[in-house]
Amino acid sequence: MEQYLYLIPALPLIGFLVLSLAGKYLSRNFIAGIGAGSVCVSALITIILGVRFLQSPPGTVYTQLLWHWFLTGHLSADLSLRIDALSLIFICIITFIGALIHIYSIAFMRNDRDYARFFASMNLFVCAMLLLVMADNLVLLYLGWEGVGLCSYLLIGFWYETPANYRAANKAFVITRIGDTAMIIGLFLIFKELGTLYIPDILIQSTQHFNSGSATITLIALLLLSGGIGKSAQLPLQTWLPDAMAGPSPVSALIHAATMVTAGVYLISRMHTIFELSPLAMHVTAVIGAVTLFMAGCSAMVQTDIKRVLAYSTISQIGYMFLAMGVGAWSAAIFHFFTHAFFKALLFLAAGAVIETLHHEHNIFKMGGLRKEMPVIYYTFTIGAAALAALPLVTAGFFSKDQILWYAWSAGGGHPALWALALSGAFITAFYSTRLILVVFWGDMKTTPGHLPSGIMTVPLIILAFFSIAGGWIEWPHNLLHISLFSEQVQQVLPVTQLKPHLPEEIVFQLIAVVVSLFGIYTGYALYYRQSELMTLWRQSANVMTVRNFLLNGWRFDQLYDTLLVRPFLFITRINKSDVTDKLYTGIADIHLQLNKLFSFFQNGSLRWYVAGVLIGILFIITLQLLL
Amino acid sequence: MSSIHAHTVLIVAAILFVLGLAGALIRRNVIFMLLSIEIMLNAAGLAFVVAGARWQQPDGQIMYLFILAMAAAEVSVALALVLQIHHQHKTLDIEQLKELKD
Repeated sequence: MEQYLYLIPALPLIGFLVLSLAGKYLSRNFIAGIGAGSVCVSALITIILGVRFLQSPPGTVYTQLLWHWFLTGHLSADLSLRIDALSLIFICIITFIGALIHIYSIAFMRNDRDYARFFASMNLFVCAMLLLVMADNLVLLYLGWEGVGLCSYLLIGFWYETPANYRAANKAFVITRIGDTAMIIGLFLIFKELGTLYIPDILIQSTQHFNSGSATITLIALLLLSGGIGKSAQLPLQTWLPDAMAGPSPVSALIHAATMVTAGVYLISRMHTIFELSPLAMHVTAVIGAVTLFMAGCSAMVQTDIKRVLAYSTISQIGYMFLAMGVGAWSAAIFHFFTHAFFKALLFLAAGAVIETLHHEHNIFKMGGLRKEMPVIYYTFTIGAAALAALPLVTAGFFSKDQILWYAWSAGGGHPALWALALSGAFITAFYSTRLILVVFWGDMKTTPGHLPSGIMTVPLIILAFFSIAGGWIEWPHNLLHISLFSEQVQQVLPVTQLKPHLPEEIVFQLIAVVVSLFGIYTGYALYYRQSELMTLWRQSANVMTVRNFLLNGWRFDQLYDTLLVRPFLFITRINKSDVTDKLYTGIADIHLQLNKLFSFFQNGSLRWYVAGVLIGILFIITLQLLL
Repeated sequence: MSSIHAHTVLIVAAILFVLGLAGALIRRNVIFMLLSIEIMLNAAGLAFVVAGARWQQPDGQIMYLFILAMAAAEVSVALALVLQIHHQHKTLDIEQLKELKD
């Protein structure tokens, strides 16, 4: 099996090459066949590989060395792949959900002018993302990391004729670049300290080379964390993700919900020993996650664009993953990634179908009454939203989020404050999920639907909806059922979550979480379905509207960065428009030109002037002689 | 000879020299400029002769002979140049002969 590993990223790469080189000359069906087919075959290979992997003894690692990439001094980077349980989970999600999204895109993008370009970029993205998670050294990982950034840029700006879209693409690229720069400095530091970038070596050597909590390891961990923050749109660098919704819906589903934005989660869990050696970095991760999930959740509550609701919700859910990693609950974080990928991809795809059917209407308050019109979309979207809201026991989201809530209190790095933030986040999530369902699908119809989505679009939704429910059943809370297929696999690679001593019963926390989620759903129902008077009261109150606008603009982070960074930068560039440094050199040249003009005045060709000049010179010299 | 004071003759020589210089500066015609230069040369020659008389030495007179020869050579070359200038430019006005400007 090992010798076929290379096929998983190679097939999408071939798809990309064919489509980008010959895309103009191919028929639409052929483009769709190559674009979706390559990823589907990758997914099949991954599934076969996954089945083999589960049958093999614990701790199995598949590796394949393709070729030596480069060797300079002590730095050697190979193009070699390595699959353990952690990467396998990521590969499964990327190829499987990627394949479903590609199939969905066949119909979704059917009428687009740049059909081939779309599939080429998507295939390149899948290839880069697979390289990222299959890399066995950090150089190759960084190649994939930049590759996904590039594809994200290309696909956000896919409809590049609209200025807002390419601006969003630029914004995403520039902001993630801040994190990437920090990350590569982290890689340099790792290489300087350990002399290797081979991931298994780093994991082993870092425990011997560093003392726990030493300044260097903390710095490395924080730099890597910054890279993760940029890619995963966490707190200081989150502003690009809501704007990234300018891309087509399948792009949002694949890149900005299921896979690329979780690259930060992958990086941190891959480098888990470095983080565990630095308690400070772990605390920072947890706090960033908790604050992000709360702030992004608040923003999601008031958004009116259906995709922006989902974008903020994605930021918030990745915040949960960061929180879980920060408190040391590694498997819970990966499990939440696993379930989140299904239901968030589902929500984006269903939202895309709704937007498409309603003639590109994004505003949820202009939707409504679609429950009867598009039942398949309605039911699948509801399942996705229920999973997002963590509806107890039936949805996948419950199992993963419940674990995180429990560990936020009880795990080694847990703290009641983190738990409280996560819990309020759970309430907010339930609230805005309900709001989304009620506003979009219930009530009166405000826009008449056009063509209903075809089977190619609905089948992936149904499959994703199935996994949004069943995906959670492979990992139950310990006190309910002893099924922990997922964490058993993950804990081959990642450390087991350490619990604090003297904890209250887990069931208490579960009940609180359940009650809070249900209460969130009820609040949404009360405010948006029954149209309570409170709502009308709020709409008239100026204070509430101020808060609403504040949240609507994502806590005004954009304005903050605009004043703090963009404007001063533009100011400096305006000053420097004519090159301040150049002024020195042009100044020297100018002086010489002026002198030249002055002296060329004397060379006027008039003999009498010259005679006078000679006379003055002689008089001058004689005077000097007499005086001195 | 001794009745004439050396400094009186030197003043005359200086006046001659300044006259020649002023002529060279003011006159626009090349030939007049040449004449002025001759006057200046003669002023210098007069100074040499006076100096020779003052110290009772032959050097001053010898120098004057040199200056005379040099002046004759100079005039012959200069007149040839003046002829050429007149041929080429049809003018002898020095203000119009500014080809070396800039």
